[in-house]
Amino acid sequence: MYDTNLVIGGKEFSSRLIVGTGKYSSNDIMRQAHEESGAQIVTVAIRRVSLPGSGESILDFIDTTRYTLLPNTAGCYTADEAVRTAYLAREAGLGDMVKLEVIGDSRTLFPDVQGLLESTKTLARDGFIVMPYTNDDPVMAKRLEDAGAAVVMPLGAPIGSGLGIRNPYNIKIILETVAVPVIVDAGVGTASDAAIAMELGCDGVLMNTAIAAARDPVAMARAMRLAVEAGRLASKAGRMSKKLYATASSPLEGVPDWTS
Amino acid sequence: MNVMVNGKPMVLEAGTTVEGLLALLRVPRQFTAVAVNREITPKSEYAAVKLGEGDRVEVVRPMGGG
Repeated sequence: MYDTNLVIGGKEFSSRLIVGTGKYSSNDIMRQAHEESGAQIVTVAIRRVSLPGSGESILDFIDTTRYTLLPNTAGCYTADEAVRTAYLAREAGLGDMVKLEVIGDSRTLFPDVQGLLESTKTLARDGFIVMPYTNDDPVMAKRLEDAGAAVVMPLGAPIGSGLGIRNPYNIKIILETVAVPVIVDAGVGTASDAAIAMELGCDGVLMNTAIAAARDPVAMARAMRLAVEAGRLASKAGRMSKKLYATASSPLEGVPDWTS
Repeated sequence: MNVMVNGKPMVLEAGTTVEGLLALLRVPRQFTAVAVNREITPKSEYAAVKLGEGDRVEVVRPMGGG
């Protein structure tokens, strides 16, 4: 079935599902889940190496010739920390793409939009392909686009909450407000959540916990792959309109007469 | 000389370079980044940058994350 590719900062991807590498019970399960998901981009965090450094690394379980590693700035609470982390990731050889997170609150992990905007401007100016994790405010989405973000990534619900798309109406408005791709990032819990995001018209979905914390992550990864494809197909197919009353699907004439 | 590496104190021979430190710690170059006193060391300079007394070094790599 022909579809255009997801284009992020000039790079093209046929898969519209981006998955994480955190919270898996084992690196082997992670590897299998990635395979089943069909994802081409996997997110990673930038963290201190535990020393000495010859232990098992997730990189041993990711074919980096096949997957694009997308570094995040998770754990950063200020624009300065996020910017430094992005530069570290680039120097580590992880390329120009960065999932930019500036966290405003440790319980909800909602973004600090002020810091997010500031760091987006700084990094975009220096050639980074900025993918900001943001809230579902269309005003903020527009500001991020104007600041040079390559995509906007509104949360569906708090990171790791599995509550799904809490405000589909705002996501819809964001889709009408910005021209860059819109990727729902955070809060997806099960397949229907991913399908809903794509049915709304989103360009992609990013998830980690929904797969890693499922009882059977490999099966859930497959479910998510299908859900993103189904939602995308449905969106492009143009759904029927909703009506308050019924309109019969079978013809009204030609009904046999059983009266005596 | 005394330095801090990833928040832990370490004693290194005077004149140890960043490249030398990575070799000592058995950390590969690929996908690794190093910052010394909050300044990122370009990979091309690992063999040239010598660490000094009291330096604070961060050695980072990709780990699992969402």
